[in-house]
Amino acid sequence: MTFQEIKLYQTGTFVVGNRLLDPQQRSVQARTGRSNSLTSGHRACQGCGEALGARYVLDAAMRATDGRLVAVNSTGCLEVFSTPYPESSWQLPWLHSLFGNGPAVASGVAAALRASGRDDIRVIGQAGDGGTVDIGFGTLSGMFERNDDVLFVCYDNEGYMNTGVQRSGATPPGAATNTTKVLGHHPGNAFGQGKSVPLIAMAHEIPYVATATVAELRDLEHKVEKAMTFRGARYLHVFVPCPLGWGAASADTIKLARLAKETGIFPVFEAEGGQVTEVSRIRRQVPVEDYLRPQRRYAHLFGDNPRPDVVARIQAGADRNIARFGLLPEGDA
Amino acid sequence: MFAVRIHGRGGQGAVTAAELLSVAAFDEGLHAQAFPTFGSERTGAPVVSFCRIDTRPIRSHEPVAEPDALVVQDPTLLHQVDVFAGLKPDGFLVVNTSATLDQLGLAELVETLTPEHVVAVPATDIAREHLGRPLPNAPLLGALAALTGQVSLSSVTDAIRDRFPGQVGEGNAHAAEAAYEHVLTTMRRLTDA
Amino acid sequence: MRSQVEGSQAVARAVTLCRPQVVAAYPISPQTHIVESLSDRVRTGELADCEYLLVESEFGAMSACIGASAAGVRSYTATSSQGLLFMAEALFNASGLGLPVVMTVANRAIGAPINIWNDHSDTMAMRDCGWVQLFAESNQRAVDLHLQAFRLAESLSVPVMVCMDGFVLTHAVEEVDLPTQDEVDAFLPRFLPQQQLDPEEPVTIGAMVGPEAFTEVKYLMHAKQLAALDEIPVIAAEFRSRFGRDSGGLVRPYRLEDAETVVVALGSVLGTIEDVVDEMRELGVAIGALGITCFRPWPAAEVRDALHRAARVVVVERAFAVGAGGIVGQNVRDATRGLPLVVHDVVAGLGGRAVTRASLHRLLEDVVADRLDPARLHFLDLDIALVERELTRARGGRRPGPHAESMLREIGTVASGAYD
Repeated sequence: MTFQEIKLYQTGTFVVGNRLLDPQQRSVQARTGRSNSLTSGHRACQGCGEALGARYVLDAAMRATDGRLVAVNSTGCLEVFSTPYPESSWQLPWLHSLFGNGPAVASGVAAALRASGRDDIRVIGQAGDGGTVDIGFGTLSGMFERNDDVLFVCYDNEGYMNTGVQRSGATPPGAATNTTKVLGHHPGNAFGQGKSVPLIAMAHEIPYVATATVAELRDLEHKVEKAMTFRGARYLHVFVPCPLGWGAASADTIKLARLAKETGIFPVFEAEGGQVTEVSRIRRQVPVEDYLRPQRRYAHLFGDNPRPDVVARIQAGADRNIARFGLLPEGDA
Repeated sequence: MFAVRIHGRGGQGAVTAAELLSVAAFDEGLHAQAFPTFGSERTGAPVVSFCRIDTRPIRSHEPVAEPDALVVQDPTLLHQVDVFAGLKPDGFLVVNTSATLDQLGLAELVETLTPEHVVAVPATDIAREHLGRPLPNAPLLGALAALTGQVSLSSVTDAIRDRFPGQVGEGNAHAAEAAYEHVLTTMRRLTDA
Repeated sequence: MRSQVEGSQAVARAVTLCRPQVVAAYPISPQTHIVESLSDRVRTGELADCEYLLVESEFGAMSACIGASAAGVRSYTATSSQGLLFMAEALFNASGLGLPVVMTVANRAIGAPINIWNDHSDTMAMRDCGWVQLFAESNQRAVDLHLQAFRLAESLSVPVMVCMDGFVLTHAVEEVDLPTQDEVDAFLPRFLPQQQLDPEEPVTIGAMVGPEAFTEVKYLMHAKQLAALDEIPVIAAEFRSRFGRDSGGLVRPYRLEDAETVVVALGSVLGTIEDVVDEMRELGVAIGALGITCFRPWPAAEVRDALHRAARVVVVERAFAVGAGGIVGQNVRDATRGLPLVVHDVVAGLGGRAVTRASLHRLLEDVVADRLDPARLHFLDLDIALVERELTRARGGRRPGPHAESMLREIGTVASGAYD
């Protein structure tokens, strides 16, 4: 099925589609036959972006593989909220080993399936940003470099939320966490050079790399389905707001994800063989302040001692993304 | 038990020499064990390897401290390593050199050994002639076989041909045969004198 | 077939005959020849239907084995030293998940100071990681233990490491009787996984267990290890009947009949010890040796039984617990609790220092004459004067610098490992 963006004109938003559409164009989640791979009853927080993202990713992957799918999960929120024995929300074969080895374990599963002539069964690896960009980075790079037949999905909520909100390599500059508190002369996370694992994945020239947010779930499903048409190492980086860690309202998860894209803070794109093939343009560019203000982790930038200088640096970063990926709406570029 | 210690430099094949000797002995129905002392792998670094030959199964895995025979692949080691440590008075000594042992300054040592147990072999020259490359390994094994009689020449050349099929093996085997003859001739001269 | 072959090649051949389907490899000396050889064998097709994964680290190697084993195939890797420690987290995970991975450990010292030569610090550091640990004293036994390791691992669903002394065995060319494929196929049945990632029957593997049942789950691991104490002799007996060789088992007594003094050891040093025992027996000393083949699980009953008539036990071990004492010795003392015997802990052969017959003779003569203080940890061939000179020197300066450097300067040699 070719991907068709569906616009609900009442709200002006792109959403997951509905049952008034032709069955072929309905999203996976809109189908009664969806696999419910991560089924209800788990223990995620209200408004958890990761739970939402994982549900869409896995159901789409299950549909694409006709149910022949194995999931490997690194340690983290997703692992914890979905499983304490004897309960499990997973309705597919699922293995959790360690925090830093998800990609290598997934490689091992893929190798085993290939050796036993079952490479019709596909493998998906999942981790949060800690398990992907930090502790699991070595094994992830190895999996990319060998081009093992694994789709690895990072649910990026920009910090170590499962351990109580600490800074990770994916925590953005300026953000307060429990290891980058609003103390001293430089409140919040320091400005580094950033660590874009999607770009690093592209540098491995793997067949497919994509980013997505939970604000555009139809787009997310589409990218999963597309990823499953490739053999070899694939990487999907999904932006998933964390109400707990970000100090945001549970009802704002989708809104924040959308703002991250619309500000240029989180570029949404696809790449094949190391080359960007598609970018998801901004529809109405908004200043980063609109994205930062609803989040308590940035409250120190706007309080009694406002830091317009820090906000300006964050805006400059978003502007760089916009220029680099050509994210401005058509006609504005 | 007959214990051999081989001193060489990384790249000269001391480890392979010990292994080939053990294979030659094994092929004769004896029990044998060969092993190196390894440093990090570097060309030119001093290397030592060992070979034990026995009629009974060999259990020990300690290095050979008191060798029955000593092979020196590179005479420049004489100034760097105590190659003669533990050599028994009736032990055998094979030195790769185109000079004499006197010229190497070994006269004093040689006097403590049995004269017909000591031989200088221009193994590098022999290798160059038969192999086209200065690898003294095979000729030294041929020389050791001739000097000690622990293994036959044919076992040595079989082990060489088995390990290096084709021309390389042939060249090495011929070099071993030439060195074997060289030692027999030298010994004959010694007894005739 | 009997052949004169390097230990690593023999082990690679044995592993090939066991038909693993995933081999994850990462180079580290002195294990490297094994995975190099397996790479050749996969490429030539001698080892068929096998995926050879060139991973980015030992942590990745063990993790890939975990994934492969959970996906239901026979999985293998090999490592040494730092590599084993780099795997540490995954080792506990493999045993906790009950995945029957088999691994060769070419035993090597742990740095710092960096040292590539043999001792048992690596596997001893991992003794409590829930893996079965079998120690080979010769390359023949290393080969035989690999066959038995796969059988044991898969019958109990526990991971097994076969420990063989790095360089001393891995690089030694010795006579080895290699079994045929038919013999191995008859001895080692197809792998039937106890749990498997299968879309037809989805299972959740590796989820969290809280205080409600963690003790019981862990106790079950312990019970499984104890079950291995029963299973190992059964497998060894079947091995003997099929291959005509005594190999494997829990412990190996040597001339213990009337031995008043017994030397306990693991690995390749046992051959040298047996030679020394024979020489001392010639002189009329009532001495014997006890080889520990299976160190984990610890065969306490068999050790106690083997030692109960002895007056003195000398545990010669190639590792120690810094600041505490002998590791194997502690276990031996535990096994012989209440028996009227003295246990001496002797640390020997660290970082590649040869354990020689001469040194063992000196040690055992001291033991037999009751000249060795059993209350103290003894270090074979320790240059205590060198240590004391260094301590004196270090007291003198404000910043004395690295001990290791000045100690090597003091003895006037280069850390090359070349024979001296």
